[in-house]
Amino acid sequence: MRQMMLQHTADQNDVVALRIGDQDYCIDIEVVREIRGWSPTTVLPHAPAHVTGVINLRGAVVAVVDLAARLGLGKTAPTPRHVIVIVAFGPQTVGLLADVVSDILGVDHAAMQPVPDLASDATRAFITNVIPLEDGRMLRKLDLSKILPHRTAEGV
Amino acid sequence: MTIRILAIDDSPTMRGLIAAALEPAGFEVHLAEDGIDGLDRLLAADPHLVITDINMPQMDGFGVITAVRASTGHASLPILVLTTETGAELKQRARSAGATGWIVKPFDEAGLIDTINRVLGL
Amino acid sequence: MAGPDTLRATFFEECEDLLSRLGDGLSLMAEPGETSDIETVHGVFRAVHSVKGGAAAFGLTSVVEFAHVFETVLDLMRSGRLPVSLPAMQTLLRASDVLADLVTVARDGGADPPQMASLLMELDLLAEQGPAPDLIEADFDFQPVPIHIPDGVAPSITPDPVTYAITLSPLAGLYAHGHEPAALIRALRRLGEVEVIADIDAIRPLAALDLSRPGLRWQMRLTTTKARDEIEAVFDFVGDDAEVTITRLLPEPTLPTEAPAPIMPAPPSQRPTDSSPAGSAAAVLPLSATIRVNLDRVDRLINQIGELVILEAVLAQAVTTAGLRDDSDLATSLAGIRQLAGSIQETVLSIRAQPLKPVFQRMQRITREAGDATGKQVRLAMIGDTTEVDKTVIERLADPLTHMIRNAVDHGIEAPAQRMALGKPPVGVITLSAAHRSGRVIIELSDDGGGIDRSRVRAIAEARGLVATDAVLTPADIDNLLFLPGFSSKEEASSLSGRGVGLDVVRREIQSLGGRVTLQSVPGQGTTFTIALPLTLAVLDGMLISVGPETMVLPLSAIVETIRPASAQIHLLGQSGRLVANRGALVPIIDLADCFGFAPIADLDRSVLIMVESDSGRRAALAATGIHDQRQVVIKSLEQNYGSVHGISAATILGDGRIALIIDPEEILRSTAVDSPSAARTAHG
Repeated sequence: MRQMMLQHTADQNDVVALRIGDQDYCIDIEVVREIRGWSPTTVLPHAPAHVTGVINLRGAVVAVVDLAARLGLGKTAPTPRHVIVIVAFGPQTVGLLADVVSDILGVDHAAMQPVPDLASDATRAFITNVIPLEDGRMLRKLDLSKILPHRTAEGV
Repeated sequence: MTIRILAIDDSPTMRGLIAAALEPAGFEVHLAEDGIDGLDRLLAADPHLVITDINMPQMDGFGVITAVRASTGHASLPILVLTTETGAELKQRARSAGATGWIVKPFDEAGLIDTINRVLGL
Repeated sequence: MAGPDTLRATFFEECEDLLSRLGDGLSLMAEPGETSDIETVHGVFRAVHSVKGGAAAFGLTSVVEFAHVFETVLDLMRSGRLPVSLPAMQTLLRASDVLADLVTVARDGGADPPQMASLLMELDLLAEQGPAPDLIEADFDFQPVPIHIPDGVAPSITPDPVTYAITLSPLAGLYAHGHEPAALIRALRRLGEVEVIADIDAIRPLAALDLSRPGLRWQMRLTTTKARDEIEAVFDFVGDDAEVTITRLLPEPTLPTEAPAPIMPAPPSQRPTDSSPAGSAAAVLPLSATIRVNLDRVDRLINQIGELVILEAVLAQAVTTAGLRDDSDLATSLAGIRQLAGSIQETVLSIRAQPLKPVFQRMQRITREAGDATGKQVRLAMIGDTTEVDKTVIERLADPLTHMIRNAVDHGIEAPAQRMALGKPPVGVITLSAAHRSGRVIIELSDDGGGIDRSRVRAIAEARGLVATDAVLTPADIDNLLFLPGFSSKEEASSLSGRGVGLDVVRREIQSLGGRVTLQSVPGQGTTFTIALPLTLAVLDGMLISVGPETMVLPLSAIVETIRPASAQIHLLGQSGRLVANRGALVPIIDLADCFGFAPIADLDRSVLIMVESDSGRRAALAATGIHDQRQVVIKSLEQNYGSVHGISAATILGDGRIALIIDPEEILRSTAVDSPSAARTAHG
């Protein structure tokens, strides 16, 4: 994993960049609690396909969301090389399954662009912004409120 | 010299109120939950003055006074009874039981301290 | 030190305790045929008195006012001036309810309870049955307003100093009552200039000295701007213990010609010495061996111990995997740690345990109110209210119990006339009991009423389409219809139990606590509800089983037995239904793997069937691919980070650090209820 030291300024946000399939996504670094390697999950009955199951995070039961499956990019067949990014969103702690964490970088607010109004792409519903990078890649900022399982409705 | 007060009351609220009133004024407050407990603490606390409730389980305030007066070295220890009654009968009863004086509940901090100072001549 | 808010909180906490003691005592006094122990009456008086005392300190006038009238009646009773009669006790019991309400209002805000005025009147009437009111007044010259001792009766102009001649002639009582002339003199000093002359004339020669007749006298001259009242106040406590005269001198003071004597005579009292070592102890000594701890801290401790237990299991597994011998140092140390961790866990869990008493006590009032509302006479007898259960369990028991009590009064207990006609005593008895039994708490609520009217229950159930008209139902099946959602009817709704809440809600509530509720009823003799609850919500005794690729936990409490089926015992029913013959009955088989969305078990013969029974007595055989060991598991919430999962009550962490889900057999039986009670019995017959 390559890390960059950043000059953090007021109009910048640090984000954690993730690779899912061949696409680049990112989430705010504030919500990230830790990044750990893949470990087998316990399957949750009646769970939607993108919830791979639950893991033990130091005594807490944490559900793992397969980002690829959630974004409609196909279910991940996890290997020990996959990562689980633990995020805290509101009172909820959830693991996000991704291929790899590629970067931690500062993003100017100005660089955040609205999601282009393309044809109905399954992933569009889960993205708040797109961020073009200098190297030609494009980061898609994930909308955690849409991605995370809803605590009451889900699974019932 | 720090003045030591032993306060005996079965009500935690009252004990709290007494401690809250006296400690900031520099008194060393020892608390006991009932008469028996109070007598137990009498020797260790070696107070300059005792405040006791009247209505208590195990041993009531009058019992406390009698027992304190009977114990070696405390025959003339000042004892104030805490009471909600203010009638002449109470005064008579408290005196004949051997109390030095009384504090009428509810008390305010100044009144309580004033009464103690008066009895101890501080 | 404790601030006013903390003290206020202390007061309300104390009130709970006092009100509970009050309720206890009054119930004891109201016990028919009991002659009240005088100590009980004293205790009841003290409780009300202490509520009044504390309330006065916080200016809670309604509470003070009511408690005062209440206390007056109790005082008459404790001194034998007012007989303890049944009607009087009923008034006192209601008064205790109102007092409790007043305290609640004082704490949480709101309007004074509406019954307050009428009860004040009832109490006054009771008090009038005692001796003449003058006598009471003399005894209870009550002042409900906090007293503020004015620090200087603030006349706008400072008055000219006045000189008083004061004589103090102690009698024996002065010393015996803890007074000290020196202290009195010092108190006078605070008012102004004092000249003191010790008059030793009356002191007798040593041989004739009589300590009980003090000879020392003082003559003082006080020059002060303070009022005479304040001088008198100094001697307020002295009373008859000394002869005191206070005389105002004329403006032209005649100075004493005698040489002033030493001002401070040696105090006659034996004042404790200052050098006593005990005096240097902390300012406030601990009251007793209890402390108050924030519940969060206890819960954190419980969680951490849970982690410790899990880590120990992980370690143990690692030791086994490494092939170490059982008698190796490592293995024996580990066994020691396991034992220790287990006992720490038990101890910590017991911190959360509290006696059922408060919730039981609330039922006294519910019973009274239910009795009043229905015009029935009911008494609640309590057994084992010191039994301890987890705090959360206790809190969540109040609602179900309330409903069950109302139900028992409303539908169980007969009207007094009807009871008499049946040869029963007119006062119905509801018995609420609690006991620990094999790691669970068993709470029984039984009434001596008419029992369940089964024909009526069946008719209602049929009318509501809850059961087929031709279904064959045993008496127990009919009784269980009461727990069906939708049974509770508005038609038969009285003001009491017809609040749209049925026994189904009671059962749900108990089940959500990991408990079960069952009932037995005998026509003409009454109904008994039995609630079985876990002692704690933190750990659970479970059996580890294999379901599909996963290891899951099945609560031991639900398991009746496990069986290895033989083909001969399994019968097909319809397309996919399978039944197993067990103890003369045919029991439906539920494949857990199928139920949880895994590949169904291919060969039932090679599975294990775990017989479980629901609260309603319905049985099912849960099929699993294997069973492992039984163990106590730490319960982890699944809902905190995810949500509820059908058929799963919670999760736990296994020795290998992985999560295992805890099965909720009750929910599985409910959802796969192809077999309503009727169907099960049809299969049987």
